[in-house]
This record gives sequence, structure tokens and C-alpha cells, in this order.
Amino acid sequence: MSKLLSQSSSVRVGKTIIYIILIICCIICIAPFLWMVDSSFKSTAESYLFPPNLIPVKWMFSNYPAGWAAADFGLFTRNTVFMTLLSTIGTVISSAIVAYGFAKFRAKGSRLWFALLLGTMMLPLQVTLIPQYLLFNKLHMVNTYLPLIIPSWLGGGAFNIFLYHQFFRSLPLELNEAAKIDGASAFQTFARIMFPLLKPVALAVGVMALVYNWNNFLVPLIYLNSSDKFTLSIGLRYLYSSYGNTKVGPMMAVSVITIIPVIITFFVCQKYFIQGIKMSGIKI
Amino acid sequence: MKKQKTIGLRKMDAISFYAFTSPWLIGFLVLTVYPMITSLYMTFTDSGFSGDGKFIGLQNYINAFTVDALFIKTFWNSICYVLMFVPLSLILAFILGWLLSRSISGLSFFRTVFYLPYITAGVAVTILWGWIFNGSYGLLNYILSLIGIQGPNWLGDKHIALFCIVLMNLWTIGNSVIIMLAGIQDIPAAYYESARIDGASTFRQIFSITIPLSTPIIYFNLVVNIISSFQLFDQPYILTSGGPVDSTCTASLLLFRNAFQYGKMGYGSCIAWCLFVLIMVITLLLQKTSKRWVYYEG
Repeated sequence: MSKLLSQSSSVRVGKTIIYIILIICCIICIAPFLWMVDSSFKSTAESYLFPPNLIPVKWMFSNYPAGWAAADFGLFTRNTVFMTLLSTIGTVISSAIVAYGFAKFRAKGSRLWFALLLGTMMLPLQVTLIPQYLLFNKLHMVNTYLPLIIPSWLGGGAFNIFLYHQFFRSLPLELNEAAKIDGASAFQTFARIMFPLLKPVALAVGVMALVYNWNNFLVPLIYLNSSDKFTLSIGLRYLYSSYGNTKVGPMMAVSVITIIPVIITFFVCQKYFIQGIKMSGIKI
Repeated sequence: MKKQKTIGLRKMDAISFYAFTSPWLIGFLVLTVYPMITSLYMTFTDSGFSGDGKFIGLQNYINAFTVDALFIKTFWNSICYVLMFVPLSLILAFILGWLLSRSISGLSFFRTVFYLPYITAGVAVTILWGWIFNGSYGLLNYILSLIGIQGPNWLGDKHIALFCIVLMNLWTIGNSVIIMLAGIQDIPAAYYESARIDGASTFRQIFSITIPLSTPIIYFNLVVNIISSFQLFDQPYILTSGGPVDSTCTASLLLFRNAFQYGKMGYGSCIAWCLFVLIMVITLLLQKTSKRWVYYEG
């Protein structure tokens, strides 16, 4: 009896320790965000206090309009939304089409192509970066959004194709056969029967592509060179390079604004993010 | 008659295959194969901004290894970064994944919170970390001062600047945590039950069941993390521009500078290929050894 009791109390101690560790980790995850919001409301003088005030003495709401007006962030937002939406739509549609081809049809060499597809996941972006730039340059597409959008419409990345592929493989082959007997063409089968079933995967791919494109930095940095074409991430980095640490408040204010859409998307579509990761990690 | 029909069907199948995969095939040939071949050729040229240049043999490689002092240094920085970040991130992600798998309440809350830094990682968060690491007014040194430690000038100190970037990125491992968690949850409960009947301690169970059966997930994370860590660019570019004293200048940053700032496309391609070969060699070695330590079902 006493042994049983001590065992259950040791379980309870174990659980308590687990909760303490997890809560500490949560604090570490959240604290920087709070600090960001906190800093965004401080006056310049108050930013340079040590020890810092954890809560601003004077709330500088004016940091928000000041930071926003420091560069044309309204335009950068429109640019980012435009680029992100077109890329994301391209990724969601084109990777579904390609994955369907890999999952449901066989041809000479189809296995080799699939191996090559998976191989490109291992390919660092850097190897193709320079010739791709030169190619887009020859096509006069530098300083347009096309180099950012076109790749999304051409398969949208091996990883997304792979996600869809896993899903198509899980669907029963009878669906295709039934459609074939009814006289549907391969494309009709895809558009009428498969596409509606895709919703969960399409949303997982979509939300991940959305956030990826929104946060993307290196590729826009290389291709967009006039300030009227800047995305938020490039604009923000220019603001940082000109402000340095001199105007922390307004800079943090802009930073807060740029991550709010990401956080909202995340909370609304959380389920799909988690689903996407789970599908990706297992059974590769 | 029947034979003809199956041949026809097979042909239809092949046509459908190529029709559906054509977007990727075009993209693969135009945006991957062609650039890779061109880029390999360019490593033997002195190409400038336009991409045109004359053949100079192995001169770029000779320059890289003998003349350009930064080359070895930046590759060494990248290797150091990978050696610090990858093991730490795997261990941390595994521990957190395991803790989350312990049938705790509030699982979805913790999962959400851990994932949040990953999803927001971008320029805004990088700038925020730069401010947190600020030597004079940063949050980190304030917290250290509370326990009586005078913190260093983090990103301004050439000995620890790279480690600061490791810390920053360890904050965003929520993705790996969730993959680990999913892998650990996949392990059949029956194994643990029989271990418990045999009187195995929790600790013993972790090392004899959880870790061996999670090796496929650990291996997956290992490969993915190594490849992405070798491409480290954003934080050094934004926060330190590779400094102080080139201590955070990574291979990707050196490539960017040479190709897109100095216009040395040929030399930039040479750096790209060296990076690529390094990554390939490491992943192939891992794959070779994986048979020995990764558990495959069936």
C-alpha cells in the first residue's frame, strides 16, 4: 500500500518537473515577443535605460505612425501581399497537379524522375542561385516579381509535391477506376474527383507557403533592387541598416506590424500547420 | 486485340504522367539542371555581372584555397555553426518532444507556443534578437545582471557572435520539436508496457525504446538541419554583416558578397560548388552510416 502511494507520488513529482520545464520553455518562447511590443512603445530616451523599465513609463503610441512613415511601408505591404498571394496560389495548384502525376501514373523513367525530385530537396539554394539570376537577367525579369513567382507555378518545390504525393497514395485506386469506367479523362478525374478531396493537404501546403513567402528574404534581396518594388522584409532590413539602433521604438513598431499577419494566420490555421509537419516528418 | 489495348492503356498512362508532371519537369530542367551545369562551368571562368567571362581553368579554386584568406575562414565558420547548432537543436528538440509525449494536459497549448517562434522567424524577429543581444541595453544582459553577471557585448564580440546566432536559431526549433513528438507518439505502447513489467526505469525506457525507435525521425531532422544550417545567411547579413572580424561570415554570405556585390559571378559559383560538394559529402557519409544506427521497420 505504502509502496503504491510512493509510486504515485513519484509520478506526480515527475509530472510537476515536466510542467515546470515546459512552462520555462514557454516563457522563453513568448518573452522576446513581449519585449518587442514593449520596446515598440518606448521613447528613444527610455530605450536607452539600463536597467530597462519592463513597462514603459510613457506610452509612445506615436512610434507606430512614425515608423510606418519612415519608408513607404504601405507600398511594401501591397507588394508583399501581391507577391505572396500569387506565389502561394501557384504552389498550391501546381504542386498538386505534379504530385498527382507522380502518384497515379507510370511511365518509362517515372521512378527516376521521382528520385530526382526527392534529390532536389537536398540541393542547397546557393548552387542554382547565380545562373538563375543570370537567366532571369537575360529575360529582363530582374527587379520584377516574376523570379519570385514563376518557380512557384513550376511545381512549387519538391517538399510540397511530396506532401501531396503522400496524400494521393493514401487514396484508394478504385476512385480512379470508377471515374475511368464512367468515361472521365485523366484531367477530369483530377479536377472533379481528386481536387475536392485535397482540401486538408492544400490548406497545409497553402499556409506553409504563405508564411514562407511572407518571410522570404534572400531571394527578394537578390531580385528586387528599386525601393518601389521592396517587400516588407527587404524594407525592414533597409530601415534597420539606416536607423541602426538609434530609433529602436519606431523600428520595433514596424516589426510588430509585419509579424501580426503571420501570427493571425497561424492562429486561424494552426490545425493545418501541425498536420503539414506531421505528414512531412514521418515515413520519408 | 487485347494486347493492343494494354499497349494503348500503357501509352495513355505515360502521356498522363508527362502531362501532369510537366510543370515540374520544365522547372527542373530550366531552373535546376541548366543552372547547375552553367554554374559548374562558370566555376572555371572569370565571369562578371553579365555572366560572360573567359575560361581560366582552376584559377578560381586555386584563389579560393590559397589567395582568398576569407574562403577557408568562412567555410570554417559555417562548419562551426553546424557543429554547434545541429547537435544542440536535435537534443533540445528530442527532449521537448519527449516531455510533450508524456500524456500531459495542455499539449496543444504548448505545441502552439513552441511553434510560434518558428513561424515568425524573419527579418523582424532577427532585428528583435539583435536588440535583445545589445551589449549595453539588451534584455539578455539585464536578466544576467539580476543574478549578478555582467554580460558580454554579445554580437560585438568575435568569440561569441556566432554562438549568439546559434542561440537565436535554437529559439526557432518548434518545427523539429513537433516532428520529434509525432515520431515518439508513433511508438507502440506495448513496448513500454512490457518494459514496465520487466521493471525498467523511465530512464532505461528512453535509452532502450524511445531513442532507438525514434532514430528514423532523428536521422530525418539531422539531414534537414545540416543542409539548412550550411545555408545560414539572413542573421549574419542583417545583424553583423559577417563581423566582428569576419567571425560570423558564413559561406553563403561570402558567396552573396562576391556574386552580387562585387559582381564576381565565376568566383561566386566556385564558392557555391564548394559548399554543395561539402554538403553532399556529409549527407552521403551520413547515409552510409545510417544503416548502422537508424532503425528500419520490417
